[in-house]
Amino acid sequence: MNNVAVSASSSLARRELIRFFRQPNRVIGAIGTPLVMWLLFGLGLEESFSVSPSGETQDENFLQYYFPGTLVLVLMFTAIFATISVIEDRSEGFLQGVLVSPVPRWSIVLGKVIGGTVIAVLQAVLMLLIAIALPMQWNLVAVLHLFGIFVAGAFGLTCLGFVLAWKLDNVHGFHAIMNLLLMPMWLLSGAFFPIPELTAQSSVGQMMIHWLMKFDPLTYVVSLVRQVMYESQQAEKFWQPDLDTSWFITLSFCAVMFLIACRVVRQPA
Amino acid sequence: MSSDSPSNIAVKIESLAYAYGDRQALCELSLEILSGEIFCLLGPNGSGKTTLFRLLSTLASLQTGSVSVMENDLADDAHAIRRLLGVVFQSPSLDRKLTVLENLRHQAAMYGLGKSVTAERIDEATRRLGIDDRLHDRVETLSGGLSRRVELAKCMLHNPSILLLDEPSTGLDPAARSDLWSYLRLLQSELGTTVLMTTHLLEEADRSDRVGILHEGNLVALGEPNTLRAELGSDVVSIQCDNPSEVIDQLQTNWQLASRQLDGIVRLEETVSAELLSDVMQSLSGQVDNISVGRPTLEDVFIHHTGHQFWHDVEVVQ
Repeated sequence: MNNVAVSASSSLARRELIRFFRQPNRVIGAIGTPLVMWLLFGLGLEESFSVSPSGETQDENFLQYYFPGTLVLVLMFTAIFATISVIEDRSEGFLQGVLVSPVPRWSIVLGKVIGGTVIAVLQAVLMLLIAIALPMQWNLVAVLHLFGIFVAGAFGLTCLGFVLAWKLDNVHGFHAIMNLLLMPMWLLSGAFFPIPELTAQSSVGQMMIHWLMKFDPLTYVVSLVRQVMYESQQAEKFWQPDLDTSWFITLSFCAVMFLIACRVVRQPA
Repeated sequence: MSSDSPSNIAVKIESLAYAYGDRQALCELSLEILSGEIFCLLGPNGSGKTTLFRLLSTLASLQTGSVSVMENDLADDAHAIRRLLGVVFQSPSLDRKLTVLENLRHQAAMYGLGKSVTAERIDEATRRLGIDDRLHDRVETLSGGLSRRVELAKCMLHNPSILLLDEPSTGLDPAARSDLWSYLRLLQSELGTTVLMTTHLLEEADRSDRVGILHEGNLVALGEPNTLRAELGSDVVSIQCDNPSEVIDQLQTNWQLASRQLDGIVRLEETVSAELLSDVMQSLSGQVDNISVGRPTLEDVFIHHTGHQFWHDVEVVQ
C-alpha cells in the first residue's frame, strides 16, 4: 500500500514538472509578473517610502524593502498556478483516471503539492539571484535558511491552491478567487507595507489592518524572508513577529492546509 | 456463461437506485454481469447508463442498493474494487502534454507496478495494440483512434479482471471501431477479461454477448441480442400511411394482427407469412405510401419494451 502511495505521489509530482517545463508561458507568467511589479513599484515608490530597518536611518530603499514580498509573490503565483492544473485535469479527463486507481487520496494531494512546491521553489531561487545586487548578508546558512522558508511557504500555498481548485469547475472562478482572496492576502502580509504597531493613538482603521495582517499566515512567511535577508530589526512603530513565532505559524499553516486538502480530496471531484 | 454461481458472477447489482435531487437516474436496478462476457448497457442519452458507469467505476457514492464486484462490496471496499477494474472513459484520461510512454509509466505508478513489470507490460500492451512505434510521441499529436488505443493500453497495464468502457466508440471511425472490437475479443479469449461497456450505438450492442437495455433508469430488456430480437418474431413490418388509426383497425379486424403506431408509422411486430403480407398489401394498396419488412433490430426491441423510439422520445399510440 505504502509502495503505491509513494510511487503515485512521485509520479504525480514528476508529471507536474514535465508539464511546467513544456509550457514556457507558465514560466514567464509566474516569474515575470512579480519581477515587473517589483521594478515598477520599487522604482516608482522609492522616493516616497520612508521605512528604515532600524527606524533611525534611511538606508533601506523600497526596492530593498519590497524584495522579500516579491519572493513570496513568486512563490504564491507559481504555487497557486500549479494547482490550477487540478481544474484542467478534471476538464481534460486526466483526474478521473487517477481517482479510479487504488491510490490513497492523500497521496494525490501529496503528489500535486510536491510538484507545485518544487516548481515554486525553483522560481523563487531564480528570482533570488537578483538579490545579489541588494545589500544582503550572503552566506551559506542564510541561503539554506531561505531555501527552507521557500519550501515551507510554497508547500502551504500549494495546499491552499489545491483546496480552492478542487471545489471549482472552471479557471475563471479561480481567477476571481485569486483577486478576492489571494492578492489581498499577499498585500496584507507586510510585503508591500509594514504592519502598524498598535498604540493608544491608533485609529480603528489601523487596528483593523494590524489584526488582519497578524491573522494572515503569509505575514509570517514574508517576515521570515525579510529577517533572514536583512538581519535587521524593524522600526519600533511597526510590528514584526520574531523568527521562532514565524516558523511555528508557517509550519502550522502547512500542516493545517495539508490536512484540509486531504479532507477535501475525499469529496467527489 | 449460463451458470450463475457466485464465482461466475463478476458484477452483481441489486436494487440500485440513484437520484440527482428530484430526478431519479436509476430506479431499483438489478443485474448480474457474468465473468468473461462482453456486456453492453444500451440506452439513449439520459437513460441512466452514465450514472451506472460512474457508480461501478467508484467515482460516485452509492445512495441505495448494493453493488459487488468479484464478491467485493462497493460500499465497504471500493479500494479493493479499484484494483480489479480497468476504466476507459468517454473523454480520454490521458495527459496530452505527456508522451505515450510517460502516460503509461504514470499509470503503472498509480498501481504500484515495479520497473521491470512496467517495462514488460508496456511492451506487451503497446505491441498488442500496434502503438509500440509511437511511444515517444506526445498524445496531443495522435489521432482519436490512436489515443483510444493508448487509453486501452493504459487501462490494461495492471491486468484488470473487469474492463469498464464508457461509450468507447465515440469519435472513432469504422475501422478504429472494428479494431477496438478485435482487441476486446482478444482480451476475452486470451485473458478471460470481463468487459462491461455503455453505448448508445445499436450496432455496437449487437456485437456483444449480452445486452441490457436501459430506459429512464429502468432495465427494460436483458439477454443475448439474438434472443431479444427473436422475441419480436421474425419480421417487423412498418407501414407508412396517411391514416394510421384506420389501418390499425383494419389489420385487427381483417387479419387479427395487433399493431401500433409510432411517429405516424404503423408497426407490426410479429411473424407474418408471405401470403398474408401479400394479402395485406393488396387490400391496403390505396391507403399506404410505403410498406417495409425487415428483421427486428435492437431498436425494434427498444421500441417494443419502452413504447418510444430510440433516438426521439415519440410515444407509441396503441
